[in-house]
Parts: sequence; structure tokens; C-alpha cells
Amino acid sequence: MTNVLLILLIITLLYVSIANRIITYVRVLALQGFILFGVTYLQLKDIETWNLVLIMLETIIFKAVAVPLFISYLIKRNRMTRETEPYLPHFVSLIIVTAIVVVTILLSNSIKDTHLDKIFFIVSLSTLFTGLYFIASRKKIITHVLGYLIIENGVFVLSLAVGNEMPNLVNLGIMLDVFASVLILGIFLNKIGDVFRDADVDQLSNLKDY
Amino acid sequence: MTGIYLISAFSIAALLFFNRNTFLNYLLVVLFGILQTAFTLYVCFNYKSTALVYFTFDSLGLLLLITLGIITLPALFHSYLYIVRHDETPQSRGIYFAAIVALITSITAAYLANHLAVIWIFTELTTLSASMLIYHHRNKLALEGTWKYLFICAISITFVFIGILFLSLSLQHAGSDDLSFSNLMLHKDELNQFWLKLSFLFIFTGFTAKLGLVPMYTAGIDAKDKAPAPAGALLASVLMNLGFTGIFRFYSVVAHTSLHSWANLVIMIAAVLSIFVAAVYMTKVMNIKRMFAYSGIEHMGIVMLGIAAGGIGYYAALLHIVLHAFVKSGLFFQFNQLYRTFQSKSILYTGNYFKYHPAGAIVLLLGFISATAMPPSGLFVSEFMIFRSLFESSHIAILIIVLVLLTIVIWAFGKNVFKILFLPVSGIDESKIPKINPWETLTQYAMLFAAIWLGLNPPAVFVDLLKDAVSILPS
Repeated sequence: MTNVLLILLIITLLYVSIANRIITYVRVLALQGFILFGVTYLQLKDIETWNLVLIMLETIIFKAVAVPLFISYLIKRNRMTRETEPYLPHFVSLIIVTAIVVVTILLSNSIKDTHLDKIFFIVSLSTLFTGLYFIASRKKIITHVLGYLIIENGVFVLSLAVGNEMPNLVNLGIMLDVFASVLILGIFLNKIGDVFRDADVDQLSNLKDY
Repeated sequence: MTGIYLISAFSIAALLFFNRNTFLNYLLVVLFGILQTAFTLYVCFNYKSTALVYFTFDSLGLLLLITLGIITLPALFHSYLYIVRHDETPQSRGIYFAAIVALITSITAAYLANHLAVIWIFTELTTLSASMLIYHHRNKLALEGTWKYLFICAISITFVFIGILFLSLSLQHAGSDDLSFSNLMLHKDELNQFWLKLSFLFIFTGFTAKLGLVPMYTAGIDAKDKAPAPAGALLASVLMNLGFTGIFRFYSVVAHTSLHSWANLVIMIAAVLSIFVAAVYMTKVMNIKRMFAYSGIEHMGIVMLGIAAGGIGYYAALLHIVLHAFVKSGLFFQFNQLYRTFQSKSILYTGNYFKYHPAGAIVLLLGFISATAMPPSGLFVSEFMIFRSLFESSHIAILIIVLVLLTIVIWAFGKNVFKILFLPVSGIDESKIPKINPWETLTQYAMLFAAIWLGLNPPAVFVDLLKDAVSILPS
């Protein structure tokens, strides 16, 4: 069951790579939150109940509900256009994301480690690199934020892989989440919306050396 | 005492954030200055002890903490001058000082932490407080700088976290789950090499955002440019030392494994690239603050070269990072007076500084001599030792490349600084140039002379601390 959920996570990445509208990204992000909720429940069997409850509450509240809702509120409030405005066509994106997944699978085959469930490693690394790819290939600031949140989901999967032995690391991952949400979303995007309407990175190139 | 310090410092920050009363505001700032000094003294007297499980007062921590303690006081003083002159609203004044207090406190805690995850948490807090400082002016450019800083720091912090996860996988092979440095040192022979390798790559990359090395240096440049100069002084000195602490502590574990020479290679590549980047940008840069920031990148490159070369390079690298903190903060404090004189950050619109503010001009000249490591600067001593260590470890090619790049840096730096100091500039209304009280430069002279004195005639205690801090590395 864990494997099914993790593979579903990979499929969402492929889906995002051809998505045309920002709201699709947000919905996929919410879906990933629910998937992670399920993975957490299935994976973390050896940790204390209150800790498990805390982690699961975090995934469902932060990852699946609050952050996606907040982003869609921001999109509406700042009247952002719906397109994601990628630098590359969707077809190329799809190929690149597929290539990322294939390469991580090949890479992880070279690892001989009994302590790690390989699928966690594959899923988290491909999510991480896909997130980085989204940041590099999309124009809007809001898609950069979404890319960062996808990276965070990938890191969270990796922390679940060691979660049974070191539950504190999962808690640290949650701190990272809260940090990102408070910082990037709470304080910041509000202001960016006020100053730069429909912001894209082209407007963020005024800091220069001369 | 550590608990009391952390709680009271963070509550001072919270009070500053909400307080609107001018007198109470400055009272709290003075109180924090006293608290920081008292805590530094407390750590000195409790050298080598452990507090609250996660904080150990070891030599490296103590060394950098004393540096921080000394820089804190002039930073608060210059912040006061800055805020008074800029007619800040009570709100922005409160946020500014709250952010400074939170920044200094988190840096203090991160210096002393003996656990990788604790360093990580406090590094997160420094990102938060530093971004409040960068956003101080609340205009479009400040927002851009803050956004870039936040985003890159967020990604690099995620990288460090991934590194910690890989490290925990590596540690599982040793049958342990405690990520404190002493425990890592204990199990250094049983760590899984593959995961340790990945972990070092990610942690190193992550901390370069704070240290100011290739690949993540970019965020720091914009940050130091947009933050008010007294805050920029902290970002350019003690915050960079925080990145160094993170890398150095983890490196001292890796250095005891078979990955030592591989890790040296990684560090050396990043260091040489950083010096290269600094040299390239220094020749083009027209913004004085960014010029200082790029000079910082170059110095961090030299420091990491010392670490990678080993031998006497370890000692020299630590000496260099302490001295650099004094010199660079002195230069940033001076920048404010320069800006008040010319109302411009650009080298094009500044000139003949000796005529308008001789005391400040001498600071700039001395700062230039110090930052380019010419005698009698203390940095000359440390840089010389680092070059010697490169020579002894037979990295002659690297040494030659670095020397050529440093010549370019000195040329570019000198060209700009001498233009500011001596060349007259047209289009300046001399009647508008304010008279600056020379006494305000006193702290800057103190910073620069501290760097000279510690380099040329280091007190025995200081040398012992340096030697003890590098004694954990293999000789």
C-alpha cells in the first residue's frame, strides 16, 4: 500500500509537468498532502502515538489544506493570470521529468543498503529534482514557491524513511515546513503581491552591481 | 545561565517588537548589550563545560563568540546612530532592533551548539531575522533582495536537512541515532561512506549560503547590499562565521574518515571558484557595499583553502576568519558615513573623500589595506600562512591561480577605493555635505586595530584557543 501511494506521488509529478494552469499545481499539492498523510500513517509504526498524531495533523492541516487554500486565495486576491508560463513546451517538460525519474531509479540500483527502503529514496530524490526543475523552468514567482513546496514534500518522504529510528528528524522536517509556510507565504507573498502585481522573475532583476 | 540568556534575549526581542516607546526601546537595547557581554564573560569562565545538553563551550565556539561579543557593541551603537538619523517610525525602529537582537542571539546559540540539528534550527532563525533586516526600507529593491535571500536560504536550509537525513542513514550503520558531534566522532570509523559522502555534499552546499561560497553565495551579496549598513556589518562578518562553524564542525568529523582527501577536493574546488567569482565581479562592481560583499566572498575562499590544505592552514584559517570579521564590520560601519557624505552608493558619484571627512577616509584607507592583506594588516599574517600551507601540501598550481586572482582583486579594490578617496567628482554640491563628528569613527578604528594587533602580536590566550580549536583535526 505504501508503494502504491508513493508511485501515485510520482504520477502527480508527471501530471504537474504538463499542467497549464496554476490552480492545477495547487490541487496537486493538496493531493500530495493527502498522499503523504497516508504514507505517514502506514510507515511510522514504531513511534509514540502522540508524535504520530502530531505529524499526521501537520501533513493534513499544513500540506493538504492550509497552504493550498492560502495560495489559491493569493492567486485570486492578486488577480494573477492562470497560465504557468513555462520557458519550455510541456512535452519537453514531461520528457525531462520522466528522465529524472528514470535516472534516480538507475542511480538507486547502485546502492546496496539494507537500512533503506529504496522506493523512498527514489521517490524523494525524483521529487526533489523535479521541484528544482520547476523552479528553474517556470517564470512566475508563485510557481517558484510551488516548486519549493514540492521539494519539501520530497524531503518529507525521505525523512519518513528514517522516521521509525529517528522520529525527531521527522519533527525537524515539520519545523522546516512551518518555517517555509510562515516565511514564504505568511509574511512574504502578501507583500510581493502588493508591490509587484502578477509578479514574475523578470521584475526581480533590478539588483545589480552598478 | 544559558537558558536564562536565551529566554531573556528572545523576550527582549519580543518586547522590542511590540514596544513603541522611544526610551523603553533604547533601554532594552542597552540591556541586551549588557546581557550579551555578560553571557560572553560567563562562557569564558565556564570554558569546556556543557549547558542544556546541546550547548558546549568549546574553543571554536568561544573564539567566535568573543568576536561576536566585541562586534555586537559597535553594531548596536551604529544602529542607534542610523535609526536616529533616518527618522524611523516607532514601528520600523522596533522591528529593526528586535531583528538585530534575534539575529545575534541565534548566532550565539548556533556557535555553541554541539548537535547538527540544533545548529540547523538556529540557522533557520538567523534567516528569519536577517530577512527582517534586509526588508527594513520597505521599497521595491529591498523586497527583491529579501525575496532572493529568503528563497535561496530556504533551499539551502532544505539541502542541509537532506544532508542530515543522509547522515542519519550513515549513522544507522554504526547502530546509533545521536547526531551530536561527539557521538559522530565516537563512531567515525563505522559510518557508511556512501551516505556520508552524499551528506557532506548536501551539508556543505547548504551552509555555503551563509558562509558565502560558490554555489550559494548570491543571496548574501544582495542581502548585504540592501540591509542597513550596521546590520550589513553583522551579515558580512558574524553570520558568515556561522556558516563556517557549520561546515567546520562537520568537516572535523569527515576529516577523520577515509573521505578526508575527497572532502578537501570538494572544498578546494568551491574555494577557488569563489575567489574567481569575486575577482570577476570586483572588476565590474560600481556599488561600494557590493564591493565589500564580494571581498568577503574572496576571503571566505581563502579561509576554505586553508582548511583544505591542512597543516598550518587550519590555524591560519581560524585566525583569518576572526580577523576578517573585525575588518569587514569596520568597513561596513564606515560605509554609513560615506553614504551620508555623498548620498550615493555608487563609486561614480563619490570622490575626494579625504577633503570632506578625513577621519572616515583614513578608516577606509586602513580598511582597504587590511582587507587586501597588505602589511601591517593582521590578515597578511594569516593569508601568508595559508599560502605556505598550500605550498607545503604541494598545491603549487592552485597557489599560482589564487595569487593571480588575488592580484586582480587587489587591483580592482584599489582602483575603486582610491577613486573614492582622492579623485574629485563633479556635480557635488559641497554646501550640502554634512559635517560628520570624527568621534563616531572611533569604534571603526578600534575594529581595525584589533585586527592588526591580533594578527601581529596575538596574546597567548588567543593562540592557545586557536590551537585547541584545530586540535580536533588530523595533523
